[in-house]
Amino acid sequence: MQLIFEKSREGRRGVTLDALDVPLASLPAELCREQPAALPQVSEFDVVRHFTELSSLNYGLDAYFYPLGSCTMKYNPKIAEAVAGLAGFSALHPHLASTESTWSQCQGAFELIYETECLLAEIAGMTACSLQPIAGAHGELAGVLLMAAYHRDKGNAKNKIIIPDSAHGTNPASAAIAGYDIVEIPSNDRGTIDLDSFKAALDDSVAGVMATCPNTHGLFEPDIHEIARLAHEADALMYYDGANLNAILGECRPGDLGFDVMHYNLHKTFATPHGMGGPGSGPVGVGERLAPYLPGPRVVKTDGAFALDTPGKSIGNMAPFFGNFGMAVRAYAYIRQLGSEGLRDVSHAAVLNANYIHARLKNAYRSAFDGAFMHECVFDATPQANKGTNAMDIAKALLDYGFHAPTVYFPLTVHESLMIEPTETESKETIDAFCDAMLEIAARVEEEGDPFKDAPRTTPVGRLDEVKAARDLDCAYLEPASAIAP
Amino acid sequence: MYPEELKYTQEHEWIRGEDGTCTIGITAYATEQLGDVTYVELPETGVKLAKGAEAGAVESVKAASDIYAPVGGEVVEVNTALDDQPELVNESPYADGWFFKLKDVDPAELSSFMDAAAYAHYVEEQSQ
Repeated sequence: MQLIFEKSREGRRGVTLDALDVPLASLPAELCREQPAALPQVSEFDVVRHFTELSSLNYGLDAYFYPLGSCTMKYNPKIAEAVAGLAGFSALHPHLASTESTWSQCQGAFELIYETECLLAEIAGMTACSLQPIAGAHGELAGVLLMAAYHRDKGNAKNKIIIPDSAHGTNPASAAIAGYDIVEIPSNDRGTIDLDSFKAALDDSVAGVMATCPNTHGLFEPDIHEIARLAHEADALMYYDGANLNAILGECRPGDLGFDVMHYNLHKTFATPHGMGGPGSGPVGVGERLAPYLPGPRVVKTDGAFALDTPGKSIGNMAPFFGNFGMAVRAYAYIRQLGSEGLRDVSHAAVLNANYIHARLKNAYRSAFDGAFMHECVFDATPQANKGTNAMDIAKALLDYGFHAPTVYFPLTVHESLMIEPTETESKETIDAFCDAMLEIAARVEEEGDPFKDAPRTTPVGRLDEVKAARDLDCAYLEPASAIAP
Repeated sequence: MYPEELKYTQEHEWIRGEDGTCTIGITAYATEQLGDVTYVELPETGVKLAKGAEAGAVESVKAASDIYAPVGGEVVEVNTALDDQPELVNESPYADGWFFKLKDVDPAELSSFMDAAAYAHYVEEQSQ
């Protein structure tokens, strides 16, 4: 299909603005463009057709199964969209919060922020929470900065963070951006943190431990209590990556496991749109010790009204205003709709579904670990790769069966990793159809070796050249001179 | 299958030692595991690296992996051709796809690494 720039025609307009009814004020010359922006010139109808066609080429959760491990691609309930669209939320000007005289006009939004922070803290056994971070990794960075503020305050000279190789992939980057050296520790044969390696890496220079539990192998960390105890003995703090929180809602709380600080992914666990579907939200939660350092300003409850206050030792703003507020509205609607029992049912179903898939596929695909999986299961396609069909080929083959591929080649600890997370929102029929497709693929590989080298065949575009895309990154459209207005 | 004159590390790097300098790259097995290499980050020349220090990174469509200095020494030369042609790592891992050279290397450090036969055995175990 054509790019919207290629549909541009000189002089075509979607809207015509009314004549100016106020005096024209000119910007200083140094703030003005030297040339007008090269925007496409198209009618409203061109734009509607263009983006409707694009959306029909997109593979989205509302249309298809999306078992992307570590990503929790669950259904986004439409009532949450309706609530977030209420004018009292969506038409609120963020600067109403900027001066005390207009706080009275945004009490509802303040209350929602306050209540959502309290609910998230309760769910994870934290003392307090801030909705400011606007993505999961941004929440990680906030968490690491909170740990750094704590150690700075105590006069602790610590420069290392321990991260198991089964942690979520962004953890080392977040810790490095905050200025820490990373100490990676390996997993044991069971796919969980190797306790001896952890003990060997732990000393007074360690500021914190970043763990994901259940970890990126889909396994609960059995030694997590002991790890937290040892870390605290060395005055190191425990960071919980919330990527896999969907596995333990209502059953187990990171705060009770010994974690001091964590982030939540509203776009994973709390059903707000994910990935290209919408902006992220990665609230940071803290235990008692780190609460004085939380990002500010914070919504506080005073006599009869909500107000703003910044904790005395706050690390400052992590994002403008209150983060992606619309995501908080959706998450609040989701949590209140389900209640505590409903949230527990979410995790029960997510874990059951992953284990059902594991049970159906384990004779055809090699299970990467022997332990009991939580909300996702990991297979190693090395036997298939040895016959000529690697994990990437299996992923591409699945597209022709009408399913999004699972996560492949992550976790890095498994050579030909296939990481499947069905979530709680899929029916047994959908999950069975996915398993049938996986079994058929395995059977064909067994018989034919490499029948999927040219898959996918039925998608809008065939096998993409990922190497060329990475080596020759080129995403700027250079227009032919005639199409764009001077 | 693996060149006899090289030494090998458990991190799938190869080392060619000659006259107090060492040339370092990654093995054909490593390139197979990584898939097509899209970017190589190399150390600066003149930098002194301790044994086991991070020396750079290699990125492929699948993953990004650190490169380590298998022995201590000063970086005297890096393979700048990889800036524009990272595919050399896949096409010619033991010749045109080398990464960097170290000088002032202690020859004794080299003896602890695997020879070609031992490395082939190690790879065999890894790929089961």
